[in-house]
Amino acid sequence: MNWIAIWVTCKLAGLTAVALLVVGLPIAYWLSFSRWRWKFLVESVVALPLVLPPTVLGFYILIAIGPHSPFGRLYTELVGHPLPFTFEGLLFASILYSLPFAVQPFAAAFDQVDRRLIESSWTLGVSKLQTFFKLIVPLSTAGLVTGAVLSFAHTMGEFGVVLMIGGNLEGSTRTVSIDIYDEVQALNYAGAAQTALFLLLVSYAVLLVVYAVNRNVWAAWPQK
Amino acid sequence: MAAEITIHLVKTFPGRAPIRAHIRYPIDGSTVLILFGPSGSGKTTILRSIAGLEWPEEGTIRFVSRVWLDTASGIRIPPQDRHIGYMSQDYALFPTYTVAGNIAYGLSHLSSAERRKRVDEVMELFQLRGLGEAKPRELSGGQQQRVALARAVAPRPLLLLLDEPLSALDAPTRLHVRDELRTLLKQLALPSIIVTHDWAEALTLGDVMAVISAGDVLQVGAPIDVFSRPQNAEVARVVGVETVVKGRVAEAAGGMLRVNVNGISLMALETESTGPDVFACIRAEDVVLEQGRASGSSARNHLTGTVQSVTMLGALARVTLDCGFPLVAMVTRSTVEEFKLSTGTAVTAAIKAGAVHVISRQAD
Repeated sequence: MNWIAIWVTCKLAGLTAVALLVVGLPIAYWLSFSRWRWKFLVESVVALPLVLPPTVLGFYILIAIGPHSPFGRLYTELVGHPLPFTFEGLLFASILYSLPFAVQPFAAAFDQVDRRLIESSWTLGVSKLQTFFKLIVPLSTAGLVTGAVLSFAHTMGEFGVVLMIGGNLEGSTRTVSIDIYDEVQALNYAGAAQTALFLLLVSYAVLLVVYAVNRNVWAAWPQK
Repeated sequence: MAAEITIHLVKTFPGRAPIRAHIRYPIDGSTVLILFGPSGSGKTTILRSIAGLEWPEEGTIRFVSRVWLDTASGIRIPPQDRHIGYMSQDYALFPTYTVAGNIAYGLSHLSSAERRKRVDEVMELFQLRGLGEAKPRELSGGQQQRVALARAVAPRPLLLLLDEPLSALDAPTRLHVRDELRTLLKQLALPSIIVTHDWAEALTLGDVMAVISAGDVLQVGAPIDVFSRPQNAEVARVVGVETVVKGRVAEAAGGMLRVNVNGISLMALETESTGPDVFACIRAEDVVLEQGRASGSSARNHLTGTVQSVTMLGALARVTLDCGFPLVAMVTRSTVEEFKLSTGTAVTAAIKAGAVHVISRQAD
């Protein structure tokens, strides 16, 4: 088994999940609480990675972060090397690619929170930000765990975007799915089978967590 | 400057009557204002606007010397900065917190020792001792209501806003909690505004009452005045009970009460425990008029009186009588014609004991 690829993949998936907790929560909060009538425009953009072929998404990201785009030039100036075909570039693409897998469960959980609880919190003098952390987050733990776990799992299995953005560099951008593809191309079925089984088991375990949390088998958070 | 609350607001809704509320009344330490009206009349929207949870298109809301809303000069104080206690209809207790956690929720500005002290104090006042570690879902309806009230009161608000505080309770609990709530409100010495559609609650809890229908404030006054002297037919229709008189319980026996009203005895069913001081309330349509010797009617009360006025309202007529106290009857047009009712006519009013609703009031 290619332990280096497994390490790269886990690191990528873990960092993507953490980044999506940071980036996804405000987006989901806004989607759930805004009364802006054109909100659906943003909702559709967030959902786009669900329907777009990874190659299309990867292509646009490649153009957007490439050395010919303003963002790409700025990044190259600041960091000293271009973003595509690096782990950081792959991470950026993964965050975009898994965005709906995090934001949608987050927003669905926020939608479930009774607005009267939130209003009561406000009238008790608690600011909107504090209300978010003291009240909304504890009431949304199942959705937050689901979003984080799904974006982790989705990143573990991504293939097309990795191929477009990451290239296939051992130790920095070769992920498990690419490794399996390479093994099959090289007719090394035994190696491919091992890695594929690993990915299957990890994915199954992750989904078990999601369904168990949502069935309240374990409370996601120790009740205060 | 006299302490008063001023509410002027306009809020429109698609497909519904706009709310145009104008209320201004003086407050002292513990004035309870009742916003009374049928569901959909806009009373809850007015309360939520005072809380800062709803934003009228136009208006001003002033509480004593504070301006909470003034759309003309762009002042919009958020609910966090209004220092109010607000209790929504279903109590909205925080399910992830314990009873003590709920009460302490709005006290984060205090040190932890002060916070603990305040929580203990409030739990004592609201008879919640020993329930501190319980979760809201483990409590009875009455207990949940007390926790919600305790939580609203704990940060020492300037004004308490209660939206249908008793409607989530079952009927027997409601009667008990209603009297308890009145005692608590007087004890707290905190001005309050209570939304209700229940006339018994309005009479028991309120010092001032505003009748609201289809977004308009129709009448503001002491509850007993509003009930017994509605300004117009619309108010009378909304409040539903037209005779409200003060009385004292003279005798209670066998599930019946004999209530003394201005020297007249009224028999009533004892449906709830009351103190000696009561209101006797009679709906106009429960009063049957008879003439001459009482017929074979089974009604327990037969009051003789004279007609003060007759107002025709289509097929019905509203007749006011003087039978030792003012009594309003709603009769059909044919009764008016048959009895030749006009000012000065002598009649007998028959009222069943079950139609005399007795509710407790504060002693004069």
